[in-house]
Amino acid sequence: MKVLMFGWEFPPHITGGLGTACYGLTRGLAKHNTDVIFVVPKAFGDEDTSKIRLVNASDIEIDTRESIYHDLWKRIEYMEIGSNIIPYISPEEFENRQVIEELEHRKDEKSVLGRKYEFSGKYGTNLFEEVARYALVASAVAASRDYDLIHAHDWLTYPAGIAAKKVSGKPLVVHIHATEFDRSGERVNQQVYDIEREGMMEADKVIAVSNLTRNICIERYGIPAEKIVTVHNAVEPTGKEELQAGRAVKEKIVTFLGRITYQKGPEYFVEAARKVLDRDPNVRFVMAGQGDLLNKMIKRVAKLHMSSKFHFTGFLRGEEVDRMLAMTDVFVMPSVSEPFGIVPLEAMRSNVPVVISKQSGVSEILKYALKVDFWDVNAMADAIYSLLNYKALPEMFKKYGKEEVDNLKWENAAEQVKAVYDSLFK
Amino acid sequence: MRSVCMYFQVHQPYRLRTYRFFDIGADHHYYDDYQNRYLIRRIAEKCYLPANNLLLDLINKHNRKFKVSFSISGVALQQFIEYAPEVITSFQKLAATGNVEFLAETYAHSLVALKSKTEFIRQIKMQVDLINELFGQKPTAFRNTELVYSDEIGEMVNELGFKVMLAEGAKHILGWKSPNFLYNNSYQPNLKVLLRNFRLSDDIAFRFSEQSWSEWPLTAEKYVDWINAVDPKQPVVNLFMDYETFGEHQWKETGIFDFLNDLPGKAFTNSDIIFRTPSELSDLLESVGSIHVPFPASWADEERDLTAWLGNELQDEAFDTLYNLTQKVRQVQDPSIKRDWLFLQSSDHFYYMCTKWFSDGEVHKYFNPYNTPYEAFINYMNVLSDFSIRVDNWLAENPDSPEETIGKAYVNIANSIKKEAKSVENELKKKMAGKINDFNNLLEMSDKELKKVIKDIDADQIAAAIKDLGEEVEERFKKLASPKNRARLEELKNDAVDFTKKKVTEGRKAIFEQWKSFSK
Repeated sequence: MKVLMFGWEFPPHITGGLGTACYGLTRGLAKHNTDVIFVVPKAFGDEDTSKIRLVNASDIEIDTRESIYHDLWKRIEYMEIGSNIIPYISPEEFENRQVIEELEHRKDEKSVLGRKYEFSGKYGTNLFEEVARYALVASAVAASRDYDLIHAHDWLTYPAGIAAKKVSGKPLVVHIHATEFDRSGERVNQQVYDIEREGMMEADKVIAVSNLTRNICIERYGIPAEKIVTVHNAVEPTGKEELQAGRAVKEKIVTFLGRITYQKGPEYFVEAARKVLDRDPNVRFVMAGQGDLLNKMIKRVAKLHMSSKFHFTGFLRGEEVDRMLAMTDVFVMPSVSEPFGIVPLEAMRSNVPVVISKQSGVSEILKYALKVDFWDVNAMADAIYSLLNYKALPEMFKKYGKEEVDNLKWENAAEQVKAVYDSLFK
Repeated sequence: MRSVCMYFQVHQPYRLRTYRFFDIGADHHYYDDYQNRYLIRRIAEKCYLPANNLLLDLINKHNRKFKVSFSISGVALQQFIEYAPEVITSFQKLAATGNVEFLAETYAHSLVALKSKTEFIRQIKMQVDLINELFGQKPTAFRNTELVYSDEIGEMVNELGFKVMLAEGAKHILGWKSPNFLYNNSYQPNLKVLLRNFRLSDDIAFRFSEQSWSEWPLTAEKYVDWINAVDPKQPVVNLFMDYETFGEHQWKETGIFDFLNDLPGKAFTNSDIIFRTPSELSDLLESVGSIHVPFPASWADEERDLTAWLGNELQDEAFDTLYNLTQKVRQVQDPSIKRDWLFLQSSDHFYYMCTKWFSDGEVHKYFNPYNTPYEAFINYMNVLSDFSIRVDNWLAENPDSPEETIGKAYVNIANSIKKEAKSVENELKKKMAGKINDFNNLLEMSDKELKKVIKDIDADQIAAAIKDLGEEVEERFKKLASPKNRARLEELKNDAVDFTKKKVTEGRKAIFEQWKSFSK
């Protein structure tokens, strides 16, 4: 079986979990005799193409005189970017990017309809423009390749997926890694919502990364339940050596790691920290990450008189994340809404016991984790305290948690995706 | 002639409320009173009361040929007294027929047999006394919590004078043997052992309403046929099950009460079945030999071992933490601590921490207040932390309690040091508030305080300050002064140095200032 797959990013050029998930899935599919043609807006040349054929959309020429493109173009009107749609990116990164994007944006609008178009493949200001152009390219790719079905990841590629389906008549699977509600809470960007909904409506099958996300698709987008299949994400083994980070402080360390935005629930972590410190002063809390709520959190921590025990590290990357996890005793993910949530799995792989919110997709598959409602600060504090003080609990989690995570293989997730593919041909 | 021995287990634990770690040391009430009342009332109405009424009718209807036995835990009885006294009355009526035997067990429905013989004996005595008080019977048969039995437990039970004990007829204990005989303990042949026929018991307790079961629906007639189909040489069929089977595990709508209602009638008309109680059987039957159970076995799950309550990291830590308190609690006289000590031992608390049934927990979810074993563990450990603090506090406050232990002595010393430090501090403050200008007040300080105050004062100033205050004061100051100052004081005295009034005032002022700075 051959799949034409549309993604927005591919390792190593990623800003968040989407590219990593796509990479894992394609490798997993290869083990189930499924070939993938993976189309990205911009290929850099250093991607791992051992298991897939990577198509660089920037290289694709299209003849805009052909009427099919004009029809499509009418459907995909030029769209200005909103401010709230950036999926996996820190605000500071976004700002940096904006400067670059503005320079690039001086291009003539017509270039979108030119023969060739240089995609940035990022999440910049002309994102909608790129999404639209990407859809045009998709139809060109769709017409020229041989494949059995189309698979599109997240809203950025849905117009492409729909266009490809129109051109080829092949079935379409859309994959929901996150919805607009996960990214923006209740203040959704209507354009993005509309694209997401259209993608799911046009698709023959929808894959959601968790039951939580599946329910959002049913309830918020009105997609028929029988059309949506949950396939939980997996994690690629890192092969990294276990880091033995020397800790500089004698206290135990409790860590929050993620964007400091409403959706990640940082304030609940702060409130829980106060409750724990009231009872057990022998703890330090760390909030690692960036986000629009950072200043508010710093103020709140000061107001609660625990600034000497509560630390902000700013944005951590790569090895810094590994080092942070290596010195962590308890990892907390208090997300208000988390379609899946890969970081707790990384923590568990580093032998760190985790507390996760019940409002996260990953809580559906983990046994060796403490699960609390994100708003239940008392339960969260209790969970943290217990992991710090009742040693049988962290010991059990360390003993079995790593094994549990190691068993979440992309090979198995891909098998379920393959089953979805097969169901389209019955 | 075939004997049938029916014994029903009645037990409900005191379920714990959600007890957060910040309640530790602050709130000593551990129980979910609302939930406990609700459950006791509900089960009373659905099971205990209707089932008791039915049994009473059956005993009367069949001219007292029908007999049953009960084991009711102390914590269950306690809750009946508290929340549903009519259940006690109803059991008393059954007791009055003379056809009902009440068995002994541990008051707290605990697994203490695995940990402490003394505590095991104490709890059995409590239970026996309560049964005697409520039902006018002194139990002669014993059944341990969850039917946990081993050779050693049997030996202890024999020592307490019981003549028969109930146990699980697990395959791995029996091998090729049949549970349908009377056996005896392998160390103490005087103690007889009755074994549960798990197939016939579970046909009622677990499979009765299972529509996918090939034998469904189960009728009394069919069931009596099965009992009669047992090899005639095997004298007894032991049907042991939870009493909640009737009306609670198996709802009334499944026909479980009709089944029970029909059972004795069918047994008497179609066969020569006789209903007997454990103590009767132990007098009546000859033991066919001893049964070897080197490792404790229970009636739970497929494994019939202890893994439902003990074995995973959480259960073991909780269990050990609890029983590490045994020695200390024994010295405590406080009734509320004594009571909680019992309630916290109920095996149910450990059962909720079991991780065996992550996938299929249906049977075990029953009445389980927790969503996960971790929540059960966390909650229990929080409660236990508070309990442990209370025990320590009580022992610290009651140093004269009979058995002085080394641990307690340490606690006492630590506390008395703390107390002393506190009183020094308080006294100093009190004096500060008073007339600080009167130098004589200074002299009221304890040696310890005074020593501290004059430590850094110049010897000449001290000598000036104490001028004309007499030999005694001089000696005291000399004694408390630093070695260097002491020498200088000696010197000044020998030289008979006189001080002006001004010097005296200055000296006293210096000491005052020092005193002030200390008491801040």
